[in-house]
Amino acid sequence: MTSTAREIAAAVRSGERTAVEVLEAALAEIASREGEIHAFNLVTAEAARARAAEIDAEVASGRDPGPLAGVPIALKDNLCTRGVPTTCGSRILEGWRPPYNATVVDLLALAGAVSVGKTNLDEFAMGSSTENSAFGPTRNPRDLSRVPGGSSGGSAAAVAAGFVSLSLGSDTGGSIRQPAALCGVVGVKPTYGLVSRYGLVAFASSLDQIGPFSTNVADAALMLEVIAGHDPMDSTSIPLDVADISDHLEDGVAGMRIGLVEEFLGEGIADDVRRRVEAAADAFVAAGATVETVSVPAAAYGLDAYYLIAPAEASSNLARYDAVRFGLRVDAPTTPEMYNASRTAGFGDEVKRRIMLGTYALSAGYYDAYYGTAQKVRTLIRRDFDAAYERFDLLLSPTSPTTAFAFGDKTADPLTMYLNDVCTIPTNLAGHPAMSVPFGVGDDGLPVGVQILAPMLGEVAMFSAAAVLESAIGVPL
Amino acid sequence: MLRSSRSGLWPSLPAASPDRFRAAAAGAVAAAAYHAGMPERLTSDDVAHVARLARLTITPSELELFTAQLGNILDHANQMASLDLDGIEPTPHPYPLRNVMREDELVPTLDRDEVLAAAPSAQDGMFRVPPVLGEEP
Repeated sequence: MTSTAREIAAAVRSGERTAVEVLEAALAEIASREGEIHAFNLVTAEAARARAAEIDAEVASGRDPGPLAGVPIALKDNLCTRGVPTTCGSRILEGWRPPYNATVVDLLALAGAVSVGKTNLDEFAMGSSTENSAFGPTRNPRDLSRVPGGSSGGSAAAVAAGFVSLSLGSDTGGSIRQPAALCGVVGVKPTYGLVSRYGLVAFASSLDQIGPFSTNVADAALMLEVIAGHDPMDSTSIPLDVADISDHLEDGVAGMRIGLVEEFLGEGIADDVRRRVEAAADAFVAAGATVETVSVPAAAYGLDAYYLIAPAEASSNLARYDAVRFGLRVDAPTTPEMYNASRTAGFGDEVKRRIMLGTYALSAGYYDAYYGTAQKVRTLIRRDFDAAYERFDLLLSPTSPTTAFAFGDKTADPLTMYLNDVCTIPTNLAGHPAMSVPFGVGDDGLPVGVQILAPMLGEVAMFSAAAVLESAIGVPL
Repeated sequence: MLRSSRSGLWPSLPAASPDRFRAAAAGAVAAAAYHAGMPERLTSDDVAHVARLARLTITPSELELFTAQLGNILDHANQMASLDLDGIEPTPHPYPLRNVMREDELVPTLDRDEVLAAAPSAQDGMFRVPPVLGEEP
């Protein structure tokens, strides 16, 4: 797909192109490369054709279908879609068709977008490579021997491959930003509470947030504006109108103070990635910002706190998969045996690991030592970020420690895989927004993403800075 | 102009205060005195116990593998023991949660037949399950 979402929407609204033509081009791209990439768990071509025809009918009758008129989009397969299978990449939800839409799904439809399908993910969004999907991994469109990152690997790959202009992912510890970096696209984790989580299948409720993938910064802003806003169906939804991000994309960074996070430039970060982050800092300076290094000491403990808090919340959220109300059931003589048989057959190893880890962290005798400690460390991380934002408007870091790695490289030891998210996790613990912007390539020729971090509801400045990087690098990858 | 981080995009929300967190966490983490040092290394008995609690059946070889893997993760987490957390309040959530009330009015809910159609087994408008009373697995 050579057009941006903005260009498509403008052309469809003006009648210059039809939504049906745009959709057929997207479906043709999918037909040609999906076999080798496996971005999707399900392509809903017929429903998409019907929806595109409706959009065209609206335009023909003089109505405006909305800011995403006729734009093909893809949805991570942990977002509920009424009547359309929603698997979370897990056998345990096999055959389940949700009886309602996630709020974001309704908002995108109201804005005129055309969903073409559900994208692959690590099971229940637990992973950093999509290798944990029960339906097989997604391949990185930039190099099929490499992972696309995860957990929203299918959504990142669908945009990177040109299947769709926009997609939605969810980010609990980096699951939008890390695959965006590895696939060379833009990925945004909004402020916690900015986007309704109603209909997002819960992993870790105090960390989960839905956000966009796109080929360019302006399209991500447009999609975020469509999906953001208060929702009475989500009690953690922020009761405020959304700031206009798109109008400030050209504001630049002149006069801004940008902090280079010391903790994310040392050991464990590949040299080629570090050099791209330093190049991003240079680009900010050239655009009139001041850049200095800053320490966020507690962020170094983010990984440790996260791998107690997220599994603890997951062990509680995933207790609902009891084979009674929906999903897979393995028959057994009694209900307790049925619970065990169904959960044992339905969950993959990584999900089982996290459920057990979380159950342990919450269990009698360990609650204070593990879960309690992790929550206190979460407080320190917030404080250290707050202190940094006293001196800086934005922070800068790598998104991922390396470029895309090969399949099987990090599956033997879970901890090795977890280290992928060391730069992204602290943001989720703090509830802040952050985004990954493609900024050149590493020594292996694969994309490097740099992460722009902002304080609570700092999206406007964050996007202005992202636009500066985008113009510094020239055309998107 | 909404550029600055502190220009109040979210003016109505009070800053997170320790008191609010204390209230939010009351009961759950009440009197959670931090113990210096973390518990002993995870054992296979611990893992077998939590698997039972979580309604998972694991094979002997899985038990061995999971015990080693989860032990490594917890060892890494033990780094947090080096931090001075005396007097630090826990943060259970990015911002203070409050109860959200709505008007007490009838609104449409999910359709019962549609919901039951998604169940593995249903009968007479109810979810159907095997006998509940029996041997614990």
